[in-house]
This record gives sequence, structure tokens and C-alpha cells, in this order.
Amino acid sequence: MRSLPFGTVVRVTANGSATPAERPTRRRPAPTSGPILLARGLRKTFGEFTAVDGIDVEVQAGESFGFLGPNGAGKSSTMRMVGAVSPVSGGELRIFGLDPASDGPAIRARLGVCPQTDNLDDELTVEENLWIYGRYFGLSRAQVRERAAELLEFAQLTDRAGDKVEPLSGGMKRRLTIARSLINNPELLLLDEPTTGLDPQARHVLWDRLFRLKRSGVTLVITTHYMDEAEQLCDRLVVMDHGRIVAEGSPRDLIARYSTREVLELRFDADDQAAPAAALAGVGERLEVLPDRLLLYAHDGDAALSAASARGIRPLSALVRRSTLEDVFLHLTGRTLVD
Amino acid sequence: MSAPPLPAVSRVTRALPIPAGAGLARMVVLRNVTSFRHGWIALISGFFEPVLYLFSLGVGVGALVPSVTTDRGSVVTYAAFVAPALLAASAMNGAVFDSTFNVFFKLRYAKLYDGMLATPLGPRDVAVGEIAWSLGRGGIYSGLFLLVAVLAGLVHSWWSLLGLPAAVFIAFAFAAVGMFATTFMTSWVHFEYVTLAIQPMFLFSATFFPLSTYPGLLQWLVRLTPLYHGVALERGLLLGEVGAGLLWHVGYLLALGLVGVLGAARRIEGLLLR
Ligand SMILES: Nc1ncnc2c1ncn2[C@@H]1O[C@H](COP(=O)(O)OP(=O)(O)OP(=O)(O)O)[C@@H](O)[C@H]1O
Ligand SMILES: [Mg+2]
Repeated sequence: MRSLPFGTVVRVTANGSATPAERPTRRRPAPTSGPILLARGLRKTFGEFTAVDGIDVEVQAGESFGFLGPNGAGKSSTMRMVGAVSPVSGGELRIFGLDPASDGPAIRARLGVCPQTDNLDDELTVEENLWIYGRYFGLSRAQVRERAAELLEFAQLTDRAGDKVEPLSGGMKRRLTIARSLINNPELLLLDEPTTGLDPQARHVLWDRLFRLKRSGVTLVITTHYMDEAEQLCDRLVVMDHGRIVAEGSPRDLIARYSTREVLELRFDADDQAAPAAALAGVGERLEVLPDRLLLYAHDGDAALSAASARGIRPLSALVRRSTLEDVFLHLTGRTLVD
Repeated sequence: MSAPPLPAVSRVTRALPIPAGAGLARMVVLRNVTSFRHGWIALISGFFEPVLYLFSLGVGVGALVPSVTTDRGSVVTYAAFVAPALLAASAMNGAVFDSTFNVFFKLRYAKLYDGMLATPLGPRDVAVGEIAWSLGRGGIYSGLFLLVAVLAGLVHSWWSLLGLPAAVFIAFAFAAVGMFATTFMTSWVHFEYVTLAIQPMFLFSATFFPLSTYPGLLQWLVRLTPLYHGVALERGLLLGEVGAGLLWHVGYLLALGLVGVLGAARRIEGLLLR
């Protein structure tokens, strides 16, 4: 396991493995052997309702792992169980090899958590948020001051250190929440929809920060319903739907397994998609009819477009693009992810 | 260093039906101290109310009522009679205000406890920390009030030195019950119930007239209220009417406080750790 505090300079040696240029500021317990996160038949029920329905997950140290799924898939419910704040309803769950039912505080001491909705302390300033949160981990005053200074730099909030949290922009608050989750040098960082609600620029800034963390050796577990986010950040992911895992692999694997290389998107006047859909039979490998467009899956999108034109199909617009995880999801569940 | 709970402690707390904690409740208090550094004005206002009562009633009504015979038989001025009661009430007010309004906001709106529980802190730390802070607030008001009472020449017995710890104790009972009750509230409208409980208690817990002035049946009702025990305790100490009977009041408040702490921690656990 290689988990370094953020801010440690990592040099990549000739054989490609990273070594810390400084000693970590804090001693860690002996590395946990085995996976950082292990779930077997994990379930979560709320009364009669089953939110997580027997999932198997294994995440190794240093990995960046994603839960991808639409609203209500059970991503947050899973994350809360992993964060040792929600009792497991069934199955087995181990984090760092520990059982959250009996070792909750010990697990949480080694975790960083960025919840789906920010719960920053609005009555405190930006830096106080970091200090106080660090104190909840039992860190000393001196430790939290030093660490907070590094993290403010990391989150690009140094010049807002003394400001109240309230008036910060959504992107700044999110960065502060992530900085706060790093105050204890976590070995495992749980990010529940880290960039939902941010504009594209703010998302890219956040991705960059998360990417640096990943490079410094922190294990990331991310939930998202953005395909591009999963493709950017995750080495491996599971697609969740209705509390179950419907597919697992690297973004590239999943696209190769469940989609074609390219996709041809055709838009028509809303009402008459049925006719062109019928006329396209036999072109490409597969056709998905969405309410507002047709998606034609083909190895060569341009060739498919030529074939469509040859059959006299005249769309309002046509677009050839590469397959994404969105297409994987559509194929697996018959539904789009973000509607 | 993240301090894991001592094995012995965690073994005991696991065996008992006490919600988990990491022994870091003081960090919750620290959070509140930090927050109040920005808004210390809010702390001041709670101090004036009982002082105003003391002067308006003690001096004003005191001019009409030359002396009062307490339930334990001493004859004192009216101001000396109400001062201990107002001391108890100031402890109650400070503690209840903080453990109801502020806790409600943190629990339902700011989602502060969700953030805390994602760290090694457990529901017990949250409950103990918040209640400790509230009783600290009640204690500060009471300390200042006691000072005013001493300066006004209303306090004569050396037992009054115990008046402050007793006030902190009263604040503890009310803070704990206040927080427990707050965990059941789901809307600001429910605070009407707090007012509904506090106001009659403030007026009728043998605060402004001796218990003996109430008709027999009502006396028993008054004896059931927590503020009555706080008032009786403070009056005994400040007027130097000390006897073993005071321990009964201590026991009542202690039991109330413990039920409150445990109940609040359990409810926080049930509400947030699902
Ligand atoms: N505390 C709760 N009580 C009852 N039902 C709940 C609770 N928390 C979640 N659920 C239900 O469990 C299901 C899964 O919710 P969850 O929040 O895990 O989904 P999600 O994948 O995170 O969705 P989103 O993308 O909207 O955040 C939903 O149907 C939700 O209504
Ligand atoms: Mg969610």
C-alpha cells in the first residue's frame, strides 16, 4: 500500500515506481494486507425497500474505483456503509480488513469522506473548517494548522482562508469539502458525486486536484452519474442499477464489451422516428431509439451515415462520435443515465 | 494523532447500551467556542434577562412585600428570596436555549452532526459535547448573575459558593433534556412546546412565592417539575438553609440529566446512523 499525505513530492524512479521524497508527516499503522475495500453480497434495506441488493466489490490500495449509476441506484447508500456511518443490512463488508460494525471509529480515522451534499460549517471561516475538522480526528492544534495551510494551497483557497464559508461559490465549497476530507491524511477517499452541480470549468479544476491525489497514492472511491467523470478518474468501475451491479471493468473494457467503437446520432422531427428507424434495419450493429434521437452503433460511423443516406434517410442533424460509458449504460439498462 | 478509544473503555461501552463515542467530546465544545468567537454578542443577551427580573421584582415588588417566610422557615427580604430562584432560572434558560434552538439548527439544517459522525466521533461525543457546551453557557450566565446578586448584597451564606456548581448542575439537567427533546422536533413550530414548558415552569416553580402558598394538590404538581428542584437547591444554598434534603434535589436533577444525555445520544444515533 502506498498512501502519502498530500503535498509529499513523489519522484518516479527509473523502473517507474514512485518513491516519497519526504517522509510522511504521520506514522501509519502497518499496511493492511488484502483489499482496502471488500464487499460480499452487501445489502442495505430501509424498511421494506432494498436500496443495495447484494453487491460484490473489491478495491485494492492505490486504485481509483467508481460506482456509476442513475438516481436511486444505491450509490450513496453503498458509500455510507463503506464510510461506517450506516449499518450493513446483510452480507459482508470490510474496510482496511476491519468490520465497520465493531471498528467504526478506527475505520473512519483512516477515511476521507466527501458527501454528496456539502455539510461545511457555515458558522466558521474557511480555515477554521479545516482546523476544527482535523480536531475531530484527535489531531493536535499544531498538526491541523500545518496541514490546513497545505490543503488551502491544494484547494486554491489560500486567499479566502479567513472568509466565512457561506458566500463561497459552489466550486469553492466543493474544493473546501474535499480539502477537509484530506485533513487526516486518509488512505481511502470516498467521493460521492464530487462534481455534481459545478460548471465545466470548475469540474476540470476538481478533476485535476483528484488526479493529483490519485498520483500521490490515495485510494479513491467515486460515485458519479457523469460518464466523462468516470472515464477521466476511474481505473475500474461498476455500473449500478436498482441496487445491483450490472457490469464491471475498466471504462475501456466496458465500452469494448458493451458498445461499438463509434456511434451515429441522428435527430429527426420529434414525431416521425419510426420510419427512419425501420429503414435503418441492417445498418450498423445495433439501434437504440430514444425519445429525441436515434443512436446507431457501428464500428465505422461515417460508413453507417453513408449507408443511411443511400437509403434515403434525411435527418435534421447527424453526428458521429466515439462510444462512451453512457452507451454502455444504455445498452445494459435500456435507459439513459442523466435525463 | 487520531486517538482510537482505549480498548478497556470501548469494551465497557460496547457491553452497555451506551451509544459509541471516541472520547473526543471536547472537540465538539471547541467547535462551539470557535463559532461563538464570531458572535459573542449573542452570549451577552442571555445574561441580562434574569438581572432585569432581579431588579424589577426584587426591588419593585420587594418594596411592597417587606419579608417572606421560606418553606424551610427563614424570614428573608423578597429580593433575597427571588435571587436564588432567578439564579436557577438563568441556568435553565441558558442551557435550554442552546440545546434546543441551536441543536435543532445544527441537526436539521446545517447537517453538522453528519459531518462530525463521518470522523471518529460517535453519537455519544456529539451529545456529551453539545450538552457540555450548553451547560457551560448556562453556567456562565449563572456565574455572572451570582456576581450581581453578591454585589447587590443579597447573598450572605458561605454555602452560596456552592451556588455556582449547583447552577452548572441545573444547566446540565436542562441541557440534556433539552437536547433529547429537540431530537424529536421536525419543525420550528415545535418550539412552541418548549416555550409552553419553560414559561409556566419559570413562573410557578416556587420561583416567586413559596411552595406553601399553593393549594395542596398543586404543591405536588410543582414538586414534579425540574425547575422546582433547581430553585429549591439554590435557595437552600444561598440562604444557608442546608440539610440532607437538598440531596434529593441533586438526585432528581442528576437522574434527569443522565436520561437526557443517553436519550439524546441514542436519538442522534437512530436519526443519523441509518
Ligand atoms: N434513509 C433512507 N430512508 C429510506 N430510503 C432511502 C434512504 N436513503 C436512501 N433511500 C432510498 O434508497 C434508494 C437509493 O438511494 P441512494 O441515495 O443510495 O441512491 P444514489 O444512487 O446515491 O442516487 P443519486 O444519484 O440520486 O444520489 C433510493 O430509492 C432512496 O429513496
Ligand atoms: Mg447519491
